[in-house]
Amino acid sequence: MRGGRKPFFRRQKSCPFSSPDAPKIDYKDVKLLQRFISERGKIVPRRITAVSSKKQRELARAIKRARNLALLPFVVE
Amino acid sequence: MPYYESVFIARPDISSAQVEALTESMSKIVTEGGGKVAQTEYWGLKSLAYRIKKNRKGHYTMMALDAPSNIVKEFERNMRLNEDVLRLMTIRVDELSDQPSVMMKNKHARDERTHQQDQNEEEMIEIASHELSAQSENSIDLEHKEEIAGEDK
Repeated sequence: MRGGRKPFFRRQKSCPFSSPDAPKIDYKDVKLLQRFISERGKIVPRRITAVSSKKQRELARAIKRARNLALLPFVVE
Repeated sequence: MPYYESVFIARPDISSAQVEALTESMSKIVTEGGGKVAQTEYWGLKSLAYRIKKNRKGHYTMMALDAPSNIVKEFERNMRLNEDVLRLMTIRVDELSDQPSVMMKNKHARDERTHQQDQNEEEMIEIASHELSAQSENSIDLEHKEEIAGEDK
């Protein structure tokens, strides 16, 4: 990382949706989606959750659908 | 024919029997137009994440459709005309699952848990009311401040 100057080693996390027994991303699965939104209700960036970019797009779509149905909040105040 | 999943939220002050009737009449539109309603699921009266038309709760129903697009359009139009429907979303899906959705799976587990929680809360309130007279308010305030500071970190 950055010329190897960083002294600590960060473990390479793998995408939680890419393994064969991974859960299916579904706008109805509120419990699953809730793990990928912040306390404020924002979608957590994939550099933190290590979701692959394809799955992140899918996830974002599911979260937005769930928000439209008032299953998830747009913003937590 | 393409597959669709339609979820609608009905007003909380109508009964679940009325929701059933609404679902029935809407599926009639689909079947009469030559489509098929593969599955209907009533998710129950759920609380909304935010207020919709000043309502905090709503009856959720999901319908899985297998119908031509013009019928789905007609179905949506009728839904939007109905004043009992707060929100409607129809999406196209690649395949319809014949198993109950995650919502139905979680429903039973959650019902049991909320029941337990209620009982626990009642006990907690009892204990708290006993202790409140003994404890000084200052110590409670201090605890709160510490919690807030911890969250910031």
